[in-house]
Amino acid sequence: MATGTLEAARSVLESACDDVTEAAPADAVDGVQPALVAWPAATEQVSEVMRAAAAHGMTVVARGSGTKMSWGRPPSRADLVVDLSRMDAVLEHAAGDLIVDTQAGVGLADLQVVVSGAGQRLSVDETVPGASIGGTIATSTSGPGRVAAGTVRDLLIGVTVVRADGVVAKAGGRVVKNVAGYDLGKLVTGSFGTLAVITQAVFRLHPLPAARRVVSVEVADPAQAQRLVQSAIHAQIVPAAVEIDWHAGGSGTLTVLIEGTGPGVDGRTATAVGLLGQGSTVAEELPADWTSYPWAGQERATALKATFAISGLERFLRDADAAATELASGIGLRLKGSAGAGVLYGSVAADADAAAVAALVDRLRRTSTELGGALVVLDAAPEVKAAVDSWGPVNALDLMRQVKAEFDPEHRLAPGRFVGGI
Amino acid sequence: MTSAHGTETTAGPIPGNVAPEDTAATGERGANPEGMAAVARRAREVLAPTNVITDHTRLRTYECDGLANYRVTPALVVLPETTEQLAAVVRACAEHLVPFVARGSGTGLSGGALPRADGVLVVTSRMRAIREIRRADQRAIVEPGVINLDVTKAATSSGYYYAPDPSSQQICSIGGNLAENSGGAHCLKYGFTTNHVVGAEFVTPAGDVVQLGGLATDAPGYDLLGVVVGSEGTLGVATSVTVRLVRQPEEVRTLLAGFASTDDAGGATSAIIGAGIVPAAIEMMDALAIEAAEAAVQCNYPDGAGAVLVIELDGAAIEVEHEFREVERHCNDHGAFEIRVATDATERALIWRGRKSAFAAVGRISPDYIVQDGVIPRTALPEVLRAIAELSSSSGVRVANVFHAGDGNLHPLVLFDDSVEGAGDAAEKVSGAILDLCIKHGGSITGEHGVGIDKAAYMPKMFTDEDLDTMQLVRCAFDPNALANPGKVFPTPRLCGEVPGRKKAAHPLVEAGLAEAF
Repeated sequence: MATGTLEAARSVLESACDDVTEAAPADAVDGVQPALVAWPAATEQVSEVMRAAAAHGMTVVARGSGTKMSWGRPPSRADLVVDLSRMDAVLEHAAGDLIVDTQAGVGLADLQVVVSGAGQRLSVDETVPGASIGGTIATSTSGPGRVAAGTVRDLLIGVTVVRADGVVAKAGGRVVKNVAGYDLGKLVTGSFGTLAVITQAVFRLHPLPAARRVVSVEVADPAQAQRLVQSAIHAQIVPAAVEIDWHAGGSGTLTVLIEGTGPGVDGRTATAVGLLGQGSTVAEELPADWTSYPWAGQERATALKATFAISGLERFLRDADAAATELASGIGLRLKGSAGAGVLYGSVAADADAAAVAALVDRLRRTSTELGGALVVLDAAPEVKAAVDSWGPVNALDLMRQVKAEFDPEHRLAPGRFVGGI
Repeated sequence: MTSAHGTETTAGPIPGNVAPEDTAATGERGANPEGMAAVARRAREVLAPTNVITDHTRLRTYECDGLANYRVTPALVVLPETTEQLAAVVRACAEHLVPFVARGSGTGLSGGALPRADGVLVVTSRMRAIREIRRADQRAIVEPGVINLDVTKAATSSGYYYAPDPSSQQICSIGGNLAENSGGAHCLKYGFTTNHVVGAEFVTPAGDVVQLGGLATDAPGYDLLGVVVGSEGTLGVATSVTVRLVRQPEEVRTLLAGFASTDDAGGATSAIIGAGIVPAAIEMMDALAIEAAEAAVQCNYPDGAGAVLVIELDGAAIEVEHEFREVERHCNDHGAFEIRVATDATERALIWRGRKSAFAAVGRISPDYIVQDGVIPRTALPEVLRAIAELSSSSGVRVANVFHAGDGNLHPLVLFDDSVEGAGDAAEKVSGAILDLCIKHGGSITGEHGVGIDKAAYMPKMFTDEDLDTMQLVRCAFDPNALANPGKVFPTPRLCGEVPGRKKAAHPLVEAGLAEAF
């Protein structure tokens, strides 16, 4: 932005919000340097900030804890970062009603601490350490627990958002059962901040289970993985999670999580051990990397998300093995995710050749598509992003563009970060 | 719902008060007979002659849905058999600016499928194929006219079922369930239609066919399916629906507990939920509702009960066994004077018979009644039930309470005799005051019956103008000309495409005095 415009915008923003700072290099959004960061402390301040930004034609990227700022495509412009970390209050935990009302800047882990005091949990795994509630909603991250509890979309019962024009709107409410009006909570879930800024959320909670067991077994090939996953989901063990961790070209580990009452878990665990067969082991503690994505700890590794019809697991693993072997040695493809839900996350070594990664993405995307799903590149190094189509083909894209045009006609919210250049 | 015993209505004008020509209530727009004629011509080109209805007597059989106090005869009824036929009719509607309303089995209780006198009623009852049961994927793909219970029947031999179970599940359609985000007694544990629909082939109001979601989960892009489910037919029509199938539970245990009062029964409910148990269902009926059920189906519920709870647990047998004992203990601790446990499917059906017949049974004790549908936080139950009792005694209007206690979804049945001068109005008042109570306690004006035409006027009590305006941005994206089920859900249509600083000629709806510019 031109200096004069910037100064004018800054003075308006400062009257809208207690704190406005100049952006530092660390505030870059996937390599795009913003000019300013606003730190609103309330929904009303977010509204004022958005009005000020609108008046000055500033593009805006919302940020919670900033743990996924490089996800998606780099924005075409990012003048202002609206940081929600000062909106960090859990507003109400109504334990008797099994709901929690929270500001978006609260850390997911911090929220869990609050609700666990009453023996409850929000059934959303912390897949990215330090993630905020708002960021978790905006990217719709999910972990192993989705097999039993669903994902953010299934648990979010009320939402407050600030539109690009500063209008504050809410949808849903504070009760689980509610069909009054459009479910805008689902619309903003996974929208990567391109429709509105999420400032407050109400979730349904679940009781913490009294007991749990983790049953694991090594699997030697895709056919065995398929057979065991199918037997786990069709059995009467009611698994809380059915996870696989697969090193492409090699073999993997299948893990079934059983949660419930003490005696119930014992009985179901025995059944699960019978199903998974010889070599299966039982533990009480979850593996250390249970909820983390396979790229955790690897700076700018390529992060993939693949989905497919549940029965497509064998075919997907087989194709991944073949692709990893043929395309390049050292591509280091690791797949990890909810085999019981047809969702796998993949990591490719950060130093892998960009062209090889692009070829892998094309190949696995074809497989996913044929299996009724999709493949998305959530994150990657700039040279890999330059070589791949991150989001791939998207159904109903025209309708999505129309939704974007209604909510943000000037394309000022995270422009270019989402599907189809939205 | 008219029956031999009475007329079931819900909050809103009482029977006869809404005439088709009452434009404010039905959202009529300017007459467009040429457009209507063009759509009818197109329908005859693409549909079999028997699937295009223009005969007035036959049109009248479609004049209402399950909320029979609103009646409008549609100008044209079409019964497409394929996606292409349905899309062709909708495309013709779009081209000629003719409104259309989609209808499945017509069992809705909020007037969501109330036709338009100037529009087309698109009935999906000839799209009844169950296309696939995919056990290995835990999915079924069905056409919108398929009956809810038929999905379960088709999946039974695979060991699976379709979880959402609205009480009309023997006749209601999956397409209607999708439009209304239908619930049911068991959604306490399993969630609603929106948690079970994972994909849809969908005809937009422009007549385009798009795929939303699919066999796999988490389709990239906006979760348009999430907003379409429960949009009450205002965003388009589903022509194929992909649903999750759920493993049949290994064990189901049901008990009936009699209590002296609703307070005691409510206390037991809170204790069960507070203990971390998530039953498949917890249903409550008060004394008046029990009286009605006894009169209708002789369900033989405990003598002298001020309230009964029907509690069902399901899941792995060993878990159910353990939790069931705890549930019995909580009922006893909260003063249950009789507990009956079903030991087989027949006994279970007997316990459920009283609960499932409750709405219709009220016809035995009152000539007319309103079925209300509101939601409160479960912990507010005792307070709200006392307030409803006060409303009832101060107004002299009897209220029978039947509800999903586990999730705070109330179905008060407001009783009246329409042959008594002013009784209908008094009942309306009490019914409306119950919704006000729900809102006051942070609840909702509808938990599962939908807004439809019945409660559109209540939406501003629950949502601000800005909230409703924002919801209608989605409507504008899908349906800028407001052709899909206009007049439902939103009390005031939003004008689409009005960008600040850019003035256009007056929108046809403004000219007709039916919309305001926001």
